[in-house]
Amino acid sequence: MTAAENKAAREYDVVIIGGGPAGLAAGLYAARGRHKTLLLEKGVVGGQISLTELVENYPGVPTVNGFDLAQTMLKQSESYGMETEYTAVSSLARVGEKWLVKTEAGDFLAKAVIVTSGAEYDRLGVPGEERLTGKGVSYCATCDAAFFKGQDVAVVGGGDAAMDEGLFTSRYVDKISVIHRRDELRASAILQERAFANPKMGFIWNTVVEEIVGDGQVSSVKVRDVVTGQRRELPLSAVFIFIGQHPNSDFLKGLVKMDNGGHAIVNEWMETDQPGIFAAGDVRQNSARQVASSVGDGVTAAIAADHYITNKFTHAADAAVPAAAER
Amino acid sequence: MGKPVDVNDTEWDSEVLKSELPVLVDFWAPWCGPCRMVSPIVEELADEYSGKVAFYKLNTDDNVETASKYGIRSIPTLLVFKGGEIVDQLIGFRPKTELKRSLEKALS
Repeated sequence: MTAAENKAAREYDVVIIGGGPAGLAAGLYAARGRHKTLLLEKGVVGGQISLTELVENYPGVPTVNGFDLAQTMLKQSESYGMETEYTAVSSLARVGEKWLVKTEAGDFLAKAVIVTSGAEYDRLGVPGEERLTGKGVSYCATCDAAFFKGQDVAVVGGGDAAMDEGLFTSRYVDKISVIHRRDELRASAILQERAFANPKMGFIWNTVVEEIVGDGQVSSVKVRDVVTGQRRELPLSAVFIFIGQHPNSDFLKGLVKMDNGGHAIVNEWMETDQPGIFAAGDVRQNSARQVASSVGDGVTAAIAADHYITNKFTHAADAAVPAAAER
Repeated sequence: MGKPVDVNDTEWDSEVLKSELPVLVDFWAPWCGPCRMVSPIVEELADEYSGKVAFYKLNTDDNVETASKYGIRSIPTLLVFKGGEIVDQLIGFRPKTELKRSLEKALS
């Protein structure tokens, strides 16, 4: 890219930050509303669902691979004119009535910005975790489980993601120890039933991981029982970590109102406290964190953005003409 | 026009380790979603670095020997070789800019 191209911000009506289900749905509605729409994605379109083997709770679609569902959504949105750029956003700032979105691929000026940057998995933050990531420490069973055929592994966590990924992993491995810090799961009932019925899955309750051990590859984990305080070491070759997530909202800090967890606070129209900035999906406070609810959020945000643009720019411009003539 | 070439266990030494150019190898498998996002980027790079860097892809399902020799436990993994030695390792999906930085480093 030349310096001249880099300098001039490209103009859009709607810029969407993040290509998960919320962003793709917002893009579909914004593009069909005949707004010049750009979707920015820093990694993989689909976000968290692109790593999901099977989505089976998206109404109207009995079962579908997460990556394929995301690709279908992308094609649908692009067929109505949505453009896509693969780049990370570095900052967002007000310029006059519009918003300037700065990225590695250049600057974009938008009448409205819909933030659908989603959430990222939490790390345990224990010794050995970072060093052994990709060497037995994994945050994506669908990516990595096949490398541990016939071996013993652990899944850390007690939510839907932990059970889902544990069940997937059971196709390959010999034995899965689910390590959970409480004495009950918070996963949905249907996933709990399947997990308890799976002969390969065993449960280690009230236990936290203190260290992941291995020389080049994971060889064991050191755990502690939080009730008895007893420590022990479990020999195994992989640790799949699904302990929760945090919103990708660093670029919003100090700009829009957020809760303590870094989620953008929005009203029922997905409006943040900054006019022209909307937030939808897992990045917002109180998201139900489902594909279906994120899609709903994205659609709501796109409709709200459409009203905002019409009132602020189109009507204001119409009104400005006679007002100027009167003077 | 450069395009990543499929490489297997038997051709590994002659194609990758003995290559005169720096080599980028994309370790992938058909069931891996993020791998399907990495491959178009690798294809673009193969075009841009044609004649400067050799590009290969290795299916980890069909070539278990090489995958386990390099301790591949997560895909996509990209390995960059120079003179038969690993000079960089990129695990998981990475943006194109990061891959380019890695190739520039290998070329310098």
